[in-house]
Amino acid sequence: MDALEILFTASFWVAAIRIASPLIFATMGELICERAGVLNLGIEGIMTAGAFAGWFTVYAGGDLWTGVLVAALAGGLFGLLHATLTVPLGLSQHVVGIGVTLLATSLTYFTYRLALPEVTSPPKIEPFQPLPIPGLSKLPVLGEALFSQTPLTYLAFVTVAVVAWVLYRTPLGLAVRAAGENPSAVEAQGISVTGIRMGAVVVGSALMAVGGAFLTMSAFNSFFFEMINGRGWICIALVVFGSWRPGKALLGAILFAAFDAYQVRLQQMSGGIVPYQVFLMMPYALSILALILVARRATYPKALMIPYQKGER
Amino acid sequence: MRLEPKPAPSIGVTLLFPVAAIAATLLFTSLLVLAAGASPLSVFYLVAKGAAGSQFALFETLTRATPLIFTGLAVAVAFRAKLWNIGAEAQLYIGGVVTVVLGTGALPLPAPILIPVIIIAVMLAGGLLLLGPAVLKTRFGVDEVVTTLLLNFIVLLFVSMLLEGVLKDPMGLGWPQSQKVIADAQLPRIIQGKRLHYGFVIAIVSAIVVWVIMKKTVLGYEMRAVGHNPEGARFVGIPVNRVLMKTALLSGGLAALAGFSEVSGLKGNLTLDLSPGYGYSGIVVAMLAMLNPLGVIASAIFVAGIFVGADAMSRVAKVPSYIADVMVATSLLTMVVAILLTRFRVRWR
Repeated sequence: MDALEILFTASFWVAAIRIASPLIFATMGELICERAGVLNLGIEGIMTAGAFAGWFTVYAGGDLWTGVLVAALAGGLFGLLHATLTVPLGLSQHVVGIGVTLLATSLTYFTYRLALPEVTSPPKIEPFQPLPIPGLSKLPVLGEALFSQTPLTYLAFVTVAVVAWVLYRTPLGLAVRAAGENPSAVEAQGISVTGIRMGAVVVGSALMAVGGAFLTMSAFNSFFFEMINGRGWICIALVVFGSWRPGKALLGAILFAAFDAYQVRLQQMSGGIVPYQVFLMMPYALSILALILVARRATYPKALMIPYQKGER
Repeated sequence: MRLEPKPAPSIGVTLLFPVAAIAATLLFTSLLVLAAGASPLSVFYLVAKGAAGSQFALFETLTRATPLIFTGLAVAVAFRAKLWNIGAEAQLYIGGVVTVVLGTGALPLPAPILIPVIIIAVMLAGGLLLLGPAVLKTRFGVDEVVTTLLLNFIVLLFVSMLLEGVLKDPMGLGWPQSQKVIADAQLPRIIQGKRLHYGFVIAIVSAIVVWVIMKKTVLGYEMRAVGHNPEGARFVGIPVNRVLMKTALLSGGLAALAGFSEVSGLKGNLTLDLSPGYGYSGIVVAMLAMLNPLGVIASAIFVAGIFVGADAMSRVAKVPSYIADVMVATSLLTMVVAILLTRFRVRWR
């Protein structure tokens, strides 16, 4: 097959959307945090925790949606830790974020080893199955790519719509955006900046964890170490690339995933002439490149990473 | 609630909160030990014994502390200037690459010349690797946290490519590993028969040098000023961007020395498991030391002790050795809270 022909096959786009799904959840999670003014570097660890929590719930006998819920709760809990340290206490968001990633990752690995002390190959669960949407799934290419996915993928797209609607069409969203741009204006409205920011970090972290759970419960069917593999950091880049807008970030995630799916296929076609590591590097290199391209015109939320203390100017 | 600065805290208060932080860390990890069905007291005893209970244990802890001192210094230097270098892991591996490129026979020089040459090359390579993100930060405003984090993955893949390609040891039975460095490129052991090597001495010397740079030189003053208040620093005529470049070169160079010291002093060759996350642990080491270069020595030994002790403990008790990573991560979070509470009073109302 020709290198360009790949782009027009349905299986390619099915893979792209599947790769995009966990990124969409986590990118929306990070976007919410940052719109409220908090950089959440706990993302990588929270995704790891979510991947394990969801998978383990199902492995222990729970059903799939309970698994998703448990993953979200685990993520929310780490989010609460992050928020408590960075919002009312105003500690460095860089240091706390890295700390939360280290803690969530090590706690996950500890729990995994404790729960499954002697396994060599990780046990499998019955993951989410594709659920073709009647009618729509019959469309050429698009039907297979968008409407023959697992329920979690549909949830990812619904999440984007909900996040966009809440952020731009509700008073709550206005308060979240203002907390990241001009917190004293929020306080002047009688709304607690601390409350808004903490809430945003908790909800955002729950979404990141669901993104992690997608990997163990929909894309694959088991949990293994280091499976997040930098996806969290890529999502932080995607938020910047999407200029903190849900729609643009969604587009960025799909573009990125398409590129990722494409490099896998190129890798298979190259027949080993180019070392496979070069292909594996591409997603990370692409993220850096994307950051450089948009950096000049990036408009960060003005109060991002600036702790807020009531009555202080 | 709000935070109010405290008047100069007394020695008692300054010590009270860090001690409370360690107590909180132990309390939290006790719960995990209980969950594992073991007794916290005996587990902590086993960790302490495994870290410092014998001459062998002590030497093992100091050996493990060596790369952590380097990465801890790298982070301490960078964070002081608010250059968020989370890429010490990548810089470490580049240090390892340069060490085997120059040390496996390419330069037939005697040890007293070869080792300094390798050290300079290693530091240069590590420094340049961090210079990239630093330039992207100052020229384009790209956040260096994300770029340094992403570079960790790129560099590890790059090393993997080299180890399966040009640097692959032909006698390595197919394993992705480099050749051993020649005798003249090896750092000798401090005591015959022990694993502790002169990399530890270089680490201590580096800490002292970095301390002098930070406290006694103009560059150190400028770095602290830039970290404290970049706008103010620019206003008084400090070339902020140039200071950040120098910080990047120093920080990246220090982290790369960790790779050099592990290859040249301990492992002999480069493999993909050269570092079990020393770059990330370096962040904890630096924070526990409150970014003080001399404090880094103590906190690196402390963190290394936890890892070495937990390894020994997990061989006896049925508690996964990942408890060490949990302890280290928890101590980072409790310590930053403790430092805050020594300086500020929390007012509820």
